[in-house]
Amino acid sequence: MKSKLEKLRDTCIGIAGCGGLGSNCAMALARAGVGRLVIADFDVVSRENLDRQYYFLDQVGEKKVVALRENLRRVNPDIVIEAHDLRLGPDEVLRIFKDCQVIVEAFDRADMKLMIIETVTERMADRFIVAGSGLAGYGRNNDLRTRRLGNLFICGDETSEVSEELPPLAPRVAVVAALQANQVLEIVMDDLEPASGEDVWDE
Amino acid sequence: MAGESFSVRELLTMMTFTFPMIVVKVNGHLVKKEDYERIFVGDGDNVEAIHLISGG
Repeated sequence: MKSKLEKLRDTCIGIAGCGGLGSNCAMALARAGVGRLVIADFDVVSRENLDRQYYFLDQVGEKKVVALRENLRRVNPDIVIEAHDLRLGPDEVLRIFKDCQVIVEAFDRADMKLMIIETVTERMADRFIVAGSGLAGYGRNNDLRTRRLGNLFICGDETSEVSEELPPLAPRVAVVAALQANQVLEIVMDDLEPASGEDVWDE
Repeated sequence: MAGESFSVRELLTMMTFTFPMIVVKVNGHLVKKEDYERIFVGDGDNVEAIHLISGG
């Protein structure tokens, strides 16, 4: 187990989006002992975010990547954080996540999820992408699961879309973020190989 | 249905996928939206389609 934990310290993990999924996932990985995180988001902490995102009242108005870096360092001062305050497109994904063994997809918009999944699947095929899809509402614990398709993992219930009628609530968001972080640990500590060509179907 | 082949677009319509954002893999390879009409699948092909749901 000791050498497995050393793999965590030596790995580099990307976090694409620092909202409900990204901030919670990053904190779990920092606590678990990941050595290097590359975090990216263009947004600013707002009061409404506090109902599910890993920020605090005194951080409202700060850039999310700046606030998240502060929070991460408060639990793990040795962690290396690269913070990118920008909007991600395919070129930015390739550039800032180039050293990452796994990229965590933590966007809110479905078109951004598609963009990064396509980019990593086609142009970074030797890495993994762990996406989040379907996390809104409350309850229905047993609908939350993880599926694998090659180098892509999808965490969530793949159904519950965020809307006015079905808002994102802290517990369910945190469960999906933790599923993503837990999947990252398995990839790194068990030396998973991105299956090239043939799909690995895991339900 | 045996022996016939369909374009990815036709297949998605038959399976009544309505969400606009979908990841499609045919035999382990990603098929992008712009290629849905020109990639064909038939017997023995493995097709995976995942709806991407907004929220995060």
